[in-house]
Amino acid sequence: MRSRTGKALIYTLLIAGTVTFLFPLWWMVAVSLMTPEAAQAATVRGGLAALVPTDPQWHNYPDALMQMGSVRWTGFLDALANSVVVTVVATAGTALSSSLVGMAFARMRFRGSRPMFLVMLGTMMLPAQVTMIPLFILFRNLGWIDTFLPLVVPAFFGNAFFIFMYRQFIAQIPEALLEAARLDGQGWFGIWWHVILPLTRPVTAITAVFTFIFTWNDFLAPLIYLQSDDQATLSVALNSFRNQYGGITKVNLLMAASLTTMVPCILLFLAAQKQFIEGLGKGAVKG
Amino acid sequence: MATIELNHVSKTYSGDVRAVSEATLAFRDGEFIVLVGPSGCGKSTLLRMIAGLEAITGGTVAIGGRVVNDLPPKDRDVAMVFQNYALYPHMTVEKNMAFGLLRRRQHSGLSGLLFHATERRAELAAIERKVLDTARTLGIEPLLARLPRALSGGQRQRVALGRALVREPQVFLFDEPLSNLDARLRIEMRAEIRELHRRTKASMVYVTHDQEEAMTLADRMVVMKFGVVQQFGTPGECYARPANRFVAGFVGTPVMNFIDGRVDAGVFVSTDMRVPLPAARWPRMPAGPATLGVRPDQLRVLHSADAGAGNTATEGTSVPATVRAIERLGDRMDIAVMIGGTRLTARIENDDRLVEGDSVLVHIGLGAAHLFASGEDGARLADAHDVAR
Repeated sequence: MRSRTGKALIYTLLIAGTVTFLFPLWWMVAVSLMTPEAAQAATVRGGLAALVPTDPQWHNYPDALMQMGSVRWTGFLDALANSVVVTVVATAGTALSSSLVGMAFARMRFRGSRPMFLVMLGTMMLPAQVTMIPLFILFRNLGWIDTFLPLVVPAFFGNAFFIFMYRQFIAQIPEALLEAARLDGQGWFGIWWHVILPLTRPVTAITAVFTFIFTWNDFLAPLIYLQSDDQATLSVALNSFRNQYGGITKVNLLMAASLTTMVPCILLFLAAQKQFIEGLGKGAVKG
Repeated sequence: MATIELNHVSKTYSGDVRAVSEATLAFRDGEFIVLVGPSGCGKSTLLRMIAGLEAITGGTVAIGGRVVNDLPPKDRDVAMVFQNYALYPHMTVEKNMAFGLLRRRQHSGLSGLLFHATERRAELAAIERKVLDTARTLGIEPLLARLPRALSGGQRQRVALGRALVREPQVFLFDEPLSNLDARLRIEMRAEIRELHRRTKASMVYVTHDQEEAMTLADRMVVMKFGVVQQFGTPGECYARPANRFVAGFVGTPVMNFIDGRVDAGVFVSTDMRVPLPAARWPRMPAGPATLGVRPDQLRVLHSADAGAGNTATEGTSVPATVRAIERLGDRMDIAVMIGGTRLTARIENDDRLVEGDSVLVHIGLGAAHLFASGEDGARLADAHDVAR
């Protein structure tokens, strides 16, 4: 009896939490399908009754994407391409460099490895705002402003958090495995590529998903470093879209555009979810 | 197929921890060498220095006449079988076995793919054939498509063996390869490794802490303690002519009995017994402290009823004793007897009449006994057999 009420309580809490978290998303979906008038009304007056679109305006989606930027369609497609390039390159760079550095910290003995590791962990404590201005000056001196380089090059220098994760995971791989690879003719790079990377797939999955979502949604860095319209990523383009039409006058189109930019992240997360669980289970058994 | 020469090889860890000191050994081409000793004796370190997994801090290691001190493992042409198998968990058995060969191809990488497609295909086909052949000889052909985690311990060990074998290296190194297997499988694999050596005639160096494994496998064995080589010789030599008390105690089961005492005018005297030493065996033995070593199978235990009647030994002494403990092994039994305060173990034929607490007569045979200088690692004192050699 007790467990039954307990269960009911847990489910009530879970449902309440789910509703709370999903509400904004639902609001976006609902508003994105409204006529401009209804959307305006919903924005100004709110009201839950309006949140069930009676007459879904599906054409809001093509309309919104078409109107992004100054040239029809081009603005959106440009931004999409930019986002894809930046995100894919940054994700690959982060995963590759972090695992490489993680392997070095976990497996190679070299002078100063411990202090260097501590310094690296220390960088996690620095808020991004602190390094923003020095970094901007650095990239300006390099002549990289208004290029993708400031957005992707740092990714190839690893990320403290992911390096830490890789290091912990790699430290658990039996030493004999690496020695076997050495006897099989592999150098450090060969060991990394043929042994370490395949065995750290769960970590790579986490690194890739987090980096992808972070880079895809990142607004500040592209806003600071990219200036031309045709260089903008989706998040910047979305912001311009809002400004272009005077704030929230076309709120239904804004929501349609916003939802569209969210789709890749949601799909990726759903796809990676299985990999996460599989990977974690495998890691637990194999060690 | 190569000789291995170790010349004053030492390994010192940070500070002055000596794992191996001044090992000078020459292994012949095609020999099965076993490095044996208690844990921490430096045998694994020595093996890993031959493999190139451990830096050599003193002396030289030469494989096939070439000093390899500064060569990385991959250039030494050695293959190793690890205690925990060290199979790549993400690769199938076939990939595990082919991995070392794939790296050694001539036409690997992009240039092979683009410019030497035919040669590349031929190479890959050759590797596949080789893996298949090796798998067949080891009886693991049906497992080729499986991942290591789907194999039993014995199968994994076989795959690890196959992975080394398929490479056809100059030297095979084994680091306690059987110690994770259960006793029965261990004996089976032992025979198989021996057979493998007979067939391939490859040079093998094998590390174990199990003296029985060492005795059965080795052409010659290296007995080590605290990083120092105690004796290098055939299992027969190490058993019959141990260099010192440590080797004598380490080789052979049950462990040799040691009785501390002194030699005085051709008689070994301890607090509990007097054993006259035959002058033919130990001529002109100087007086002084010594330890008498007698293997348990050189002791005979005579029931008090038979005393006198059964005493037909040519050499040796009979001493009264009490039975302290009995371990029956079927056809034989290990029996612990007390002679005063001295405890000796005897391995004798099963005798159902004997029970704990019995008064017996113990005959100490000296035919295969040894005298050692006193101390834990006292050297064996030379006797007539040594002079004859």
